[in-house]
Amino acid sequence: MSDYIPSIGLEVHVQLKTRTKMFCACPAHEEGEPNTTVCPVCIGLPGALPVMNREAIRKTVKVGLMIGSRISLRSMFDRKNYFYPDMPKNYQITQQAAPLCIGGAVEIEAGGQRKTIRVNHIHQEEDAAKITHMETTSEIDFNRASTPLMELVTEPDMSSPDEAIAFLTALKEMLIYAGISDCNLELGHMRCDVNSSVRPSGTDKLGVKCEIKNMNTFKGIHRALEYELERQAETLRKGGTLVQETRRWDDEAGITLPMRSKEYAHDYRYFPEPDLPPVVLDAATVEAWRAELPELPAVRRARFVKDYGLPEYDAGVLTADKAISEYFEAAAKKSKNFKAVSNWVMGELLRALGEKGQGIADAKISPEALAALVALVDARTINMPAAKDVFQVLFENGGDPAAIVKEKGLAQVSDAGAIDGFAEQAIAANEKVAAEYRGGKEAALMFLVGQVMKLSRGKANPQLAADALRRKLGK
Amino acid sequence: MAMKFSENADRMDVRYVAGLARMALSDEEAARLQGQLDDILAFVGELKTLDVSGVEATDVATEARNAWREDEPAAGLGRDTALANAPLARHGQFVVPKVIE
Repeated sequence: MSDYIPSIGLEVHVQLKTRTKMFCACPAHEEGEPNTTVCPVCIGLPGALPVMNREAIRKTVKVGLMIGSRISLRSMFDRKNYFYPDMPKNYQITQQAAPLCIGGAVEIEAGGQRKTIRVNHIHQEEDAAKITHMETTSEIDFNRASTPLMELVTEPDMSSPDEAIAFLTALKEMLIYAGISDCNLELGHMRCDVNSSVRPSGTDKLGVKCEIKNMNTFKGIHRALEYELERQAETLRKGGTLVQETRRWDDEAGITLPMRSKEYAHDYRYFPEPDLPPVVLDAATVEAWRAELPELPAVRRARFVKDYGLPEYDAGVLTADKAISEYFEAAAKKSKNFKAVSNWVMGELLRALGEKGQGIADAKISPEALAALVALVDARTINMPAAKDVFQVLFENGGDPAAIVKEKGLAQVSDAGAIDGFAEQAIAANEKVAAEYRGGKEAALMFLVGQVMKLSRGKANPQLAADALRRKLGK
Repeated sequence: MAMKFSENADRMDVRYVAGLARMALSDEEAARLQGQLDDILAFVGELKTLDVSGVEATDVATEARNAWREDEPAAGLGRDTALANAPLARHGQFVVPKVIE
C-alpha cells in the first residue's frame, strides 16, 4: 500500500489483577456460577455507593510509571452515560476530564525497526456485565461487572498491522512482568478498540477514522487491520469517500461491517461522578510505588546481552517470559558457561515444557541442577548425548545430575589406559581405514573415533579417543 | 441528527436530550419542556456575567478525598437475594428482552 499511508491507534482495556472489584468488595475474576459474586453496587441497585479499590489505583499508576506517563496527583471519576443491559446503572464509572496517567510512550520493534509509540493517557474504569444472547432473550451475569479495568489510549503512531501487534506484545510483556494483569486474552483480560485511517502518500493530514470495537485476539486484530486498511484505501482509489464510523469484525467472513448507530451511542454526556470524591495522591506514595517496579523486559534484555555476553536473539527468547528469564538467571549465577545455560533453557527445557504443556513453575529440574549439568559437560565427565539423557531424568523427576550420572553409569571413559585399549582394538579391526589415515586422509580418523565410541558403548570421551588414535597411528 | 448540546450552545434541544434518555415526548410536552429547559439554562447562564478570573474551578462540592478501601474481599448478596427482585430470571441469570449485537 505505497499510495496510502496507514495510521493506527489503539484503545487497550486491561483487567487488573486484584482480589476485589473496582467499586465494591465482591471477589473479582471469579469464573464460577453466574451472579454469585455480586452486591448492590455491582448490580447497580439504586442508592448503592461506590468505594474505590486502592490496589487498582496503585496498579494503574504503576503502568503509567513504567511507560513514563505524568501521574496526576489529583484525578477524578466521571459518568459515561449509555443504555445497555450490561450496565444497569445506565452509566459506566470512568475517567474522562482528569485521568490518572497522562502521556508516556512504549518502545516497539517491528520488521527490524525500532519505533516509539506515544501514549495519550491511561484511565481507570469498571468492566461491564457479561451478556449471553438466547433465542428470544438475553441473560446477564454480573460476576464480571465492576472488575477493575485500565484503559490505555495511544496516539495514532502505528503504521502497519505488524506494528500494532508489536505494541500489544510489548505492552502485554510489561504488564505480566509487573504483575498488573495476567493478560490472558482467552479470559478477556485484554480487549482492544482499533482505530485506523489512511491518507494519500505525501500528505500530512490524518484521514477519516474508523473504529473497530471489541477485538480480543492478536490474530483477529492483525487480520481486521489488514482488511480495514485495504478497504479504506480501495474506497479512496475508486474516488469514494469514507465516513467516520464504528465497525465490527466478522472473524468468519474475514470482513469489517458498520455497526448500526443504535447499538452505539455517540453522545455519552460525561459529567463528574458525584458519588466519588477526587483521587488525591502524594508524591511520596507515587515514588514508593515506583520503587516497587520490576526490571522491564527491554531493560532485562539489554542486561542479559551485557552481563552474560548472550546474543540479542537469546536475550529476546529468554526475557519474553518473566519466569523463564528468572530461571535462566538463577542457573547462570551458578554457572561459568552462560551461553551453554542459555542453549539448554532455549532448547531442551522450552521444548520439554512445550511437549508437556507445562510452565516453568512446574519444572522439576532446578536451576542449580541445570548449572551442574552444564558443568559436567564442560568438565567432559559426560558427553552431549549422555547429558540429554540426564536432562530427561532431571526434567521428569528432579534430583542431582552427578548422582544420576553415577547411577546410570553414564560417565565418559577418560581413563587413558581404557581408551588406549579401545583405540588399539579399533585400529586392529579396521586396518584399511587406518592405512588411509596414515596415507593422509584426515577424515578417516572420524570413522575410527566412531568405532572407539561404539566399543566403549558411547562412554568414551571423543576428544581423548581422537588423541589416542593419533598417537597410535604415529601422528 | 438533532442539534447536539455543548457548553457554549445557548440552547439545548429537548428532543435530542429526550432521545438520549429514550423518552418519547408528545409535541405538547416537547414544547412545554423546551420552554422550561430554556428558562433553566438562562437562569444558570447568569453565572456567565460574573468575573471569576481569580477563582479556582470547583468540580466537587465536598472536602472529602479518596473514598477507597484495601483490596480485601467481602461476601456479597448471594445469588438468590440478588435475583429476588428481577422481573425475570433463569439459569441463575437476569433475563431481559433480547438486545441485538
